Amino acid sequence: MNITHLYGLAGVLLLAIGMYGVLIQPHLLKKLLSLNIASGGVFLLMVALAFRGESPDPVPHALVLTGIVISVSATAYAVALAARIYRATGRASLDQTGGDRS
Amino acid sequence: MTSLLQQPEVWLVAVPVLAACVSFAMNGRARLAVVIPVIVFVSMAMALTTWKLSDSGAYIHQIGGWIAPLGISWRIDGLAVVMLLLTTLVGAGVSVYSLAYFGDSREERHRERYFWPLWFFLWGSLNAIFLSNDIFNWYVSLELSGLAAVALITLSNKPEALTGGMRYLILALSASLFYLLGVSLLYGQYGTLDLDGLANVIERQHLTMTAMAVMTIGMAIKAALFPVHFWLPPAHANAPSPVSAVLSALVVKGGFYIQLRLMTELWPIDMTVALSNGLGLLGGAAIIWGSYHAIRQSHLKPLIAYSTVAQLGYLFLMFPLMTIGWWADNDWSSRAWAGGIYQALSHGLAKASLFLSAGVLIHARGSDNLEGLRGLGERLPMTATAMALAGISLMGIPPGAGFIAKWLMLTVAMSSGQWLWAGIMIVGGLMAVGYLFRIFRRLMTTSDEGDYHRPSRIMEYAALYLAILSIAFGLSSLPVFELLKHGATSLLGTYLGVTP
Repeated sequence: MNITHLYGLAGVLLLAIGMYGVLIQPHLLKKLLSLNIASGGVFLLMVALAFRGESPDPVPHALVLTGIVISVSATAYAVALAARIYRATGRASLDQTGGDRS
Repeated sequence: MTSLLQQPEVWLVAVPVLAACVSFAMNGRARLAVVIPVIVFVSMAMALTTWKLSDSGAYIHQIGGWIAPLGISWRIDGLAVVMLLLTTLVGAGVSVYSLAYFGDSREERHRERYFWPLWFFLWGSLNAIFLSNDIFNWYVSLELSGLAAVALITLSNKPEALTGGMRYLILALSASLFYLLGVSLLYGQYGTLDLDGLANVIERQHLTMTAMAVMTIGMAIKAALFPVHFWLPPAHANAPSPVSAVLSALVVKGGFYIQLRLMTELWPIDMTVALSNGLGLLGGAAIIWGSYHAIRQSHLKPLIAYSTVAQLGYLFLMFPLMTIGWWADNDWSSRAWAGGIYQALSHGLAKASLFLSAGVLIHARGSDNLEGLRGLGERLPMTATAMALAGISLMGIPPGAGFIAKWLMLTVAMSSGQWLWAGIMIVGGLMAVGYLFRIFRRLMTTSDEGDYHRPSRIMEYAALYLAILSIAFGLSSLPVFELLKHGATSLLGTYLGVTP
């Protein structure tokens, strides 16, 4: 087990923790934080994969930068939407009965 | 102008994105001066791209002249062009419809101001998905289209639309993360993101299997495959009607398109065959489950949204039907493939028309309660005709385009002896008759109760235009099959009875 594997495992672990949070946490802000932890895990994995042999591969770094930009703007929008939901419904969670109601 | 003629595909993304920026800067003024040129330019670029494809065959476009491992490549082949054609036809109809959809009140004008930039942005990113030949570029385009789609859903400002949009946003972001995890695993192992480059070096090993599993989960969520379809009905039913049309007709097809590309071009063959049967079972379950819930709805737009869940199931039935005949000396495989793509095309046109018609009826009555539709067929004969024509295509009755799609898939299921798939398709067709006649029955009865507000003629024409297209593609399907031939994978064996 070398250092790349350690980073990779940590990345997958973060992804798992984040996804668990997305599924379990009812509060919208906690869901969004969990989503960010999960994306942090994927980004960590990508950075770790860039280190192969002597010099690191620059392409995954560029990909991670793109991913971070997308993640930041998505989070900003999602937080604004969560605030709107709170103002409209008085709750900061998704209505549990409103989803799959038939 | 020479570059428009030589590389028309560039304008399919450049024009909508540019228009998004311009219409945002214009702040809602002079919308005709933006919308009409966009429709004209995109249609021209689309016609030129189609002409270039049928003239010189499938080709690769290197963006900015950078060659594949370093740059991003687009591929223009039959499958891509048919999906782009669907986007252009639906996009033009929805744009014209939206010119008349928004009212004159302050709140409505505020909504319209944000509608146009977001819609053009969504249009451009959808075209980018269908053009792309690079697995990371797909991630970027998917995120762009997902964010624009959620923002469009929440424009209607109802609490249900806000929570429906939020649920969709969280699921779409999670789906993209799964997909991105697969992308990084593939890049870490094979060192390239280009689809063709990857297909040359990919091997059957645990890492490829893991990547396939996570990317399939991601795309199944995006394409609302049963059992991860639950975000779709609240999101599509509560969005403004032109947005519902785009979401059901085009946005869900993005995830399906990527899944289809990966299945036919990237994954090792025995892995694809194993995955196909699983996807087929989920698709079959979606047909039954979606149709059942569509029959039980009491409101118009949730009914149409559940019908989308069911019709998307047919798309995933194409995988087991396609893989059974791979390499075989018959045309089963290409019939299933072409049938699946035709289902995407016919469902896109018919469903967009249905949602646009639903918007007209809601304008007329002020509510989308099914009981309130009584008597509207008499008052709005054009919209009733549009819904009937689109319904014919959705039910799979000739001469609708949906008939061609379902006939191709059904004949493969029967001639290859896969009776389970054949049975599900027949039951699904009958259930579609069941839920659509719940709309027609009420539209065709006479009653003068309830408020009535005359909707705009332009909205009615736009819905009728898409409904007529969904019949026209059923009457004349050969040009589409000719287009699909370009660059079709050799796995398909003989193409529709013709050796390529």
